[in-house]
Amino acid sequence: MTGFLKLVFRNRLAALGAVVLAAILILALVTPLLPLADPDIPATADRFKPPFSEGHLLGTDHLGRDLLARLLWGTRLSLAVGIAAALIAGTIGSAIGIVAGYFGGRVDNLIMRGVDMLMAFPYILLALAIVAALGPGLMNALIAVAAVNIPFFARNIRGVTVGLAGREFIDAARLAGMGHTRIILTELLPNVASTIVIAMSTTVGWMILETAGLSFLGLGSQPPVADLGSMLGEARAALITDPHTSVVPGIMIFLIVMSINLLGDGVRDALDPRLRSGALTRPRAVTLVDRKGHIPADDQNGLLDIQALETQFHVNRRIFRAVGGVSLHVKPGEALGIIGESGSGKSVTALSVMGLVASPPGVITGGAVRYAGEDLLAADYRSLRRKRGENVAYIFQDPLSTLHPLYRVGDQLIEAIQAHHRVTTGEAHARAVELLKAVRIPNAESRIRNYPHEMSGGMRQRVGIAMALANDPDVIIADEPTTALDVTVQAQILALLDELRRERGLAIVFITHDFGVVAQLCDRVAVMYAGRIVEEGPTATILDAPAHPYTRRLMACVPELGQGKRELAAIPGLPPVVSDLPPGCAFAPRCDKATDACRAGEVALEACRAGVNAPYGSATHKVRCLHREATPAREEATT
Amino acid sequence: MTALKVENLSKTFPVGGGLFRAAGAVRAVRPMSFAVETGETLGIVGESGCGKSTLARMLVGLIQPTTGRIEIEGKPLDNADPAAFGKLIQYIFQDPVSSLNPRKSIRQIMEAPLKRLHGLDRAQRTARIGEIFASVNLREEFLDRYPHEFSGGQAQRIGIARGLAAAPRIMILDEPVSALDVSVQAQVLNLLADLRRRFTLTYLFISHDLAVVEAVSDRIMVLYFGAVVEIGRAEEVFKTPRHPYTKLLADSAPVVGRPLAPPEQRDSELPDPLNPPPGCSFAGRCPRATERCRTAEPELRPLGDDQLAACHHPLEG
Repeated sequence: MTGFLKLVFRNRLAALGAVVLAAILILALVTPLLPLADPDIPATADRFKPPFSEGHLLGTDHLGRDLLARLLWGTRLSLAVGIAAALIAGTIGSAIGIVAGYFGGRVDNLIMRGVDMLMAFPYILLALAIVAALGPGLMNALIAVAAVNIPFFARNIRGVTVGLAGREFIDAARLAGMGHTRIILTELLPNVASTIVIAMSTTVGWMILETAGLSFLGLGSQPPVADLGSMLGEARAALITDPHTSVVPGIMIFLIVMSINLLGDGVRDALDPRLRSGALTRPRAVTLVDRKGHIPADDQNGLLDIQALETQFHVNRRIFRAVGGVSLHVKPGEALGIIGESGSGKSVTALSVMGLVASPPGVITGGAVRYAGEDLLAADYRSLRRKRGENVAYIFQDPLSTLHPLYRVGDQLIEAIQAHHRVTTGEAHARAVELLKAVRIPNAESRIRNYPHEMSGGMRQRVGIAMALANDPDVIIADEPTTALDVTVQAQILALLDELRRERGLAIVFITHDFGVVAQLCDRVAVMYAGRIVEEGPTATILDAPAHPYTRRLMACVPELGQGKRELAAIPGLPPVVSDLPPGCAFAPRCDKATDACRAGEVALEACRAGVNAPYGSATHKVRCLHREATPAREEATT
Repeated sequence: MTALKVENLSKTFPVGGGLFRAAGAVRAVRPMSFAVETGETLGIVGESGCGKSTLARMLVGLIQPTTGRIEIEGKPLDNADPAAFGKLIQYIFQDPVSSLNPRKSIRQIMEAPLKRLHGLDRAQRTARIGEIFASVNLREEFLDRYPHEFSGGQAQRIGIARGLAAAPRIMILDEPVSALDVSVQAQVLNLLADLRRRFTLTYLFISHDLAVVEAVSDRIMVLYFGAVVEIGRAEEVFKTPRHPYTKLLADSAPVVGRPLAPPEQRDSELPDPLNPPPGCSFAGRCPRATERCRTAEPELRPLGDDQLAACHHPLEG
């Protein structure tokens, strides 16, 4: 709760609104205790006294009644009616919305068409009709204002409920033996409550205004009782001669509605989970680079060379070391696999290359990324933007979310080409067809006019690959490109990528969690754990003789087809959170070989030299472990 | 004893169209029949859109079938009384986090089935939750936390714990490990195997990962385009597949040491569900397809021991 208040008050305008509103509310509450004149007794002798006159701080109205007294009593009444109307409209509207959204289908259709009909009338006309039918009076005005606002709540809450009703926890509640009423009250209501509060806080002001409107027309509060609207209405005749009689209630209405709206906006921003998570803070075009230490010199180690890269996320004073000093390189025509579990930093490493990590909260704090010798982290935005897609291109996991749903795939390809090359749309179109053929999309000429949703997952991912190829890049970074696909489609996509790199000499960085995929596609593989590389080397060497206990045990966890029903090996525990890494080896808490030396200090990534316990030495095979595995895993498995 | 028996079960969804009339229909599940014995694990595999989740949701009464009947322990499925039904069969969801109400503490989530299905009082509930948490390796201090505080593996174990709290006879596991990392996946699979032995549970294990299904199942059923194409003992189905589609699946799974070669032509696409082809729905992708396959729909028939396949030209055993 204090956290929520802090969030609201961080917004200065909301804080101002809250202060003003609190002052008005307190005034309204203590009005009966104040030594005020009776607001309803006329004293015609004192008509139209100006403000600051003796005994009448704000002057008097056309019947000589004290304006201050009328204002405070009127405010009290207007606030009460507005809040009551908001509560009534909110309750009834939300109930209608929840029921419609939860049951769906015909119930939803019937209820919502009824609500639509209500909405089809201009609200003031509807309110007038209701008051005309029920007769004038404050109570009837309240009913009219509440009724007019019910559709707003019903529609809002229905929308939220429809999204929630399809969620699995509702099904789970049904299977746990709950009836409809209980599900609505205990499962749905707590989840829509914040939306209801938001809707109410933003409409109370509006309802006060509407009630004032009806009173102004003489349909609300009846004389002699004052509310703000009727005060304005009575003062209308003297608008020119004695403007203070209308200015006083006018300012009060303005203050109330303004303060409620400012506070309401603040409440909405603080409660809305999307806004809270920073959806309104747009990330910068390039990841922030703030390198402390020295920048590694170019060691001419391949086309794309990542040197001691460190990327962190700074969230609320906590520092998440997502990538903690990763060095990798890839040559033309080579496929490098990066393997790791979720949270191991493999995707952040890949995104850091072209400065695509969202900033804030991401910051690159060390190392260098060299493309053909040039440090990309030092490059300015324009040159980096030219290189994105032109030299280094990405393929992402989910093509449905990376392709724009409202543009034809052809237009998106043409846009990608024209972003880098000054060619006519006709030429770009021809190139796009050529690209779709290159990724083996049948009937490329007609498929180019498809929207993303008209294609299957496999076809969409082919378009994603075509887009990556659009400007003939030298390096493709593929972040789990087949994870969302079916196995038969995955096999086709992998074969396609393999062919492309052989035909065009592409360097591929392939991020995955699947050893089978790595084994089939990659020449070399790097295994990541908690933001660091724990083992790196030729794919065959690592798969045959993993030297790091983590690699070996991770491989043992993967069930392979053709081994029958069995107990699977598991690694107990969870990977560490990268904001709180243990000193020494990050895998030590889960490792059965760990000793005090492992926990004491930094373990270096070293070449596997042949030794007493390790007869399989190799200069290209590096491992970060003090107790590396001695025997090849596969031999051990067969003996 | 037969725990679950399905006869001629099918589901057709209307699609598109206006307010009063549907434009077309998708046959998500074509009429299928099968039975699962008590204590058995039946694995169900198939690619996206093959109807595995629709089938699962029909079995737990979340979707009404279009035709056919479902029998649970000899009695027709009847979920008029949610309390009685929940004790027979439970469903473990694919996405562990979205299956837990974000606004409820783990204790409230765990208590719901105990209170609604078994009517336990507070002390009994606390004791029972303790037992269940111990059996799924969760610490009791988790009870007062909220779902967003847990990792995927922990959330999935909470989901399983909730399923167990109902003390059902049958559990439908819909891709229970596909959202998890491999090292955690193994923990959950071993836990499930252990629970099945201890409580003589019957599992329907749905997954797209052939190796996972093979590792946990007694029998495996392969679905394609809403229909059963092959069913047989787990150790046989992928070793000696009879249906060409099963073989295609087995050959597509990435395996260490197998060279990268696409097992089928590049341009093959799944059949259009709105406009299904006549005859065998796999004929368009099948290297063995003949004219007969494109006209006559093959029936599921026995081929070899305990193995059935729906194919006019089955592969040799």
